[in-house]
Amino acid sequence: MNAVVHRVRRAAGAAALPGVAVLAALAAGAVPLALLGHDPFALYARLFADTFGSGYGFGQVLFKATTLLGTGLAVAVARHAGLFNIGVEGQMALGGLASACAALALGPACPAAIAMPAALLAGAAAGAAWAAIPGWMRAWRGVHEVIATILLNFIAFALAGFVLIRYLADFETLHTAAIPVAARLPRLESLVPALRGAPVNLDLVIVLALCVLAAFVLARTRWGFEVRAVGMSERAAAAAGIPVRRRMFEAMVVSGALAGAAAANFVQGYKHYFEDGFTAEAGFKGIAVALLARSHPIALVPAALLFGALDRGAFVIGGDVPKEFVDVLQALVLLSVVVAMRRRSRRVAPEAA
Amino acid sequence: MSAAEADIEALVLHDITKRYAAVVANDRVSLRVRRGTIHALVGENGAGKSTLAHVAYGLVLADSGTVTIEGRALGRGGPRAALGLGLGLVHQHFMLVPTLTVAENVSLGYEPHRGAWLDRAVMAARVRDAAHTLGFELDPDARAGDLSVGEQQRVEIVRALARGARTLVLDEPTAVLTAQEVDDLFRVLRAWVARGHAVVLVSHRLSEVRALADTITVMRAGRVVAERAAGQADAAELAELIVGRRMAALERRPGKPGAVALALEDVHTAGERDALRGVSLTVRAGEIVGVAGVLGNGQQGLVRAVVGLESTVQGAVRFDGEDVAALGVSARRARGLAYVPEDRLEEGLVPDLSLAENLLLAGRAPEFDPWGRLDRARLQVRASASLAEYDVRPRDATLPARALSGGNQQRLILARELGRMPRWLVLAQPTRGVDVGGAAFLHARILAARDAGAAVLLVSADLDEILLLADRIVVLYAGRVADTLDAAGADARRLGVLMTGGART
Repeated sequence: MNAVVHRVRRAAGAAALPGVAVLAALAAGAVPLALLGHDPFALYARLFADTFGSGYGFGQVLFKATTLLGTGLAVAVARHAGLFNIGVEGQMALGGLASACAALALGPACPAAIAMPAALLAGAAAGAAWAAIPGWMRAWRGVHEVIATILLNFIAFALAGFVLIRYLADFETLHTAAIPVAARLPRLESLVPALRGAPVNLDLVIVLALCVLAAFVLARTRWGFEVRAVGMSERAAAAAGIPVRRRMFEAMVVSGALAGAAAANFVQGYKHYFEDGFTAEAGFKGIAVALLARSHPIALVPAALLFGALDRGAFVIGGDVPKEFVDVLQALVLLSVVVAMRRRSRRVAPEAA
Repeated sequence: MSAAEADIEALVLHDITKRYAAVVANDRVSLRVRRGTIHALVGENGAGKSTLAHVAYGLVLADSGTVTIEGRALGRGGPRAALGLGLGLVHQHFMLVPTLTVAENVSLGYEPHRGAWLDRAVMAARVRDAAHTLGFELDPDARAGDLSVGEQQRVEIVRALARGARTLVLDEPTAVLTAQEVDDLFRVLRAWVARGHAVVLVSHRLSEVRALADTITVMRAGRVVAERAAGQADAAELAELIVGRRMAALERRPGKPGAVALALEDVHTAGERDALRGVSLTVRAGEIVGVAGVLGNGQQGLVRAVVGLESTVQGAVRFDGEDVAALGVSARRARGLAYVPEDRLEEGLVPDLSLAENLLLAGRAPEFDPWGRLDRARLQVRASASLAEYDVRPRDATLPARALSGGNQQRLILARELGRMPRWLVLAQPTRGVDVGGAAFLHARILAARDAGAAVLLVSADLDEILLLADRIVVLYAGRVADTLDAAGADARRLGVLMTGGART
């Protein structure tokens, strides 16, 4: 009983602090706004109305958060094995390409029950295959995964662009033909009328389920435990008989699969085609999301929401204030949240011996 | 030295009290150190010895009480003031800059100079003079990082002397030294006091202290519980004073060896340091084979080859006759191997995992079902039982392992490894840094595992430990077995000769 109260209180405390930090950042941002001749209150009122204050605005926030949750989860899983997957961006790009190709290949006659998951799994498989390369390099050849994934990103972008333009692109466009209806993920507005007009779709539910699944696997299964042990101490894991290299490799492959699947929000849920550059740095933002959440799969949800809201907010006020100010405000919010969440360094009594 | 001067004590601590949050590290402690003597401060980990040493040096400010060095009060001036009054401290972990030379390290903070230029001749002379005074040689131009641990310690001592220290406080100086280096250190310390100066030696190694000190002060739980002239106290009494209870003396108790369970046949491993160059040995079920040797003569290589962390270049490692040389750690653990590594925070535990989760780190844990799902309730039950049985404190299975003291971490590792009823048990320095009471407890557990039929390979730098526990002793030298002795007839002197490459008789 007491423990439950304690946990609830701790969770509430953990949630309240970033909230206060966001308010503080907005207050700090009001000063330059006023100096620029804007009315900060009016602007903030609109900012709120178009993010959390209206069904459409919130739907947009959720749509942007979905992709970031997917890429953030990909980064987080690798982090648990002690690896930095900087290649989420490239894995996601190839995942989107594979997903669109699979949907197009299955054709319009294929029923949704097959086409939808097939396209999603094709994306995951492509991401996994691409991540397997740096995973193998790291585990068995000792090549640092940060360097390998960065370099493989360049190859992935070039490869996706080449395949698109050479074989797939519609005439005079940089995207493929539209995928069949059966492979598209339905928008949530059909279930929740308040979200009318917003592109948030079934992928949000899928990614949330993946987060819960990842939390369970990491905390409650042998594989997850062994991956975490490897991430925290390779030597102790080896002494315990855990196959360190294999777990590293597997974690990287799973991370790549999640990155590839993160393409679904755009390809299957929004535009319904693969487009060059559709990832729009979501893979890199996923790194920030994962860092903010300290790689905890459930904590990724509020972190992705914050980043989603920042993206949406930048779009909302982007027309009224200088672009630089939008960047400043985003940075201010992030910095304040990070500072607020930074564990106060515990005071430890010097070891009395 | 006049008679009046001789009466002034080198160091007087009066009524020192120091609290940390919930812990009273020093509780009204008083101590008098006479000139020309070596005064030992002994006690368990956490008894308050180091805190007291730091108070004397001004590193830690006491809540109440006074520090008097050679008749003059140490105020709040910190270590600089203490040095000014003639007291120096050698830390447990040395404070040398590894990239600087010995002379530069010794003069660090009060560099001799001519105008803007460093006076390197004076710097070198300081080192040579101080070393000569204490009866050893030290190259002023050697890089500190290239020196052995024992030599680095000498640099620290030279530095204290060069800065004018007459009273030297050493915090656990022997913890990191080999047996030979300990002898050298003691010679240096005797030279120090022979000049009328004083030494305060903080230690938890009783045998050493009795050999060296003039006076022994025993601390327990932040208080002084006894002070003895070295001649008056016997080992049993001191050990009892330190732990505060009568210890059931652990008698050497020979095992009843059965069939050969572990056999190494002409095993070679790769690498320069600590490699095996053709080791053959056997361990029977129900037998402890102690491995003695100067650090770096193949002990690590032996442990890693038996456990499966390092592959062998040549030769067989047999578990019950089956050659497991090609198998990994997990396959060997599945056959019944348990391993207590030397480095508990790097290899023995994952510091950021909870105590309960650390219990899962010994191969196939029964708390995972065939689907690989963890039964947390079941793990909690085992964790509670293990922590209670091995008296791990604090007894909270949700704490991260790094929150435990070294001794309790070691208890946790033994709880995990011995709890599996191992058939083969490899122990590397199982009680290093563990206090007397804790070591006795762990020793009893190791003997119980042997009596239950485990084949035990015990690698230890502590010869007393090997002589106490082992049924047979293997001496490693330069990656080979120098000799195998029956433990009943072995003694430290004989082992010492073999360990340093002396001929077998």
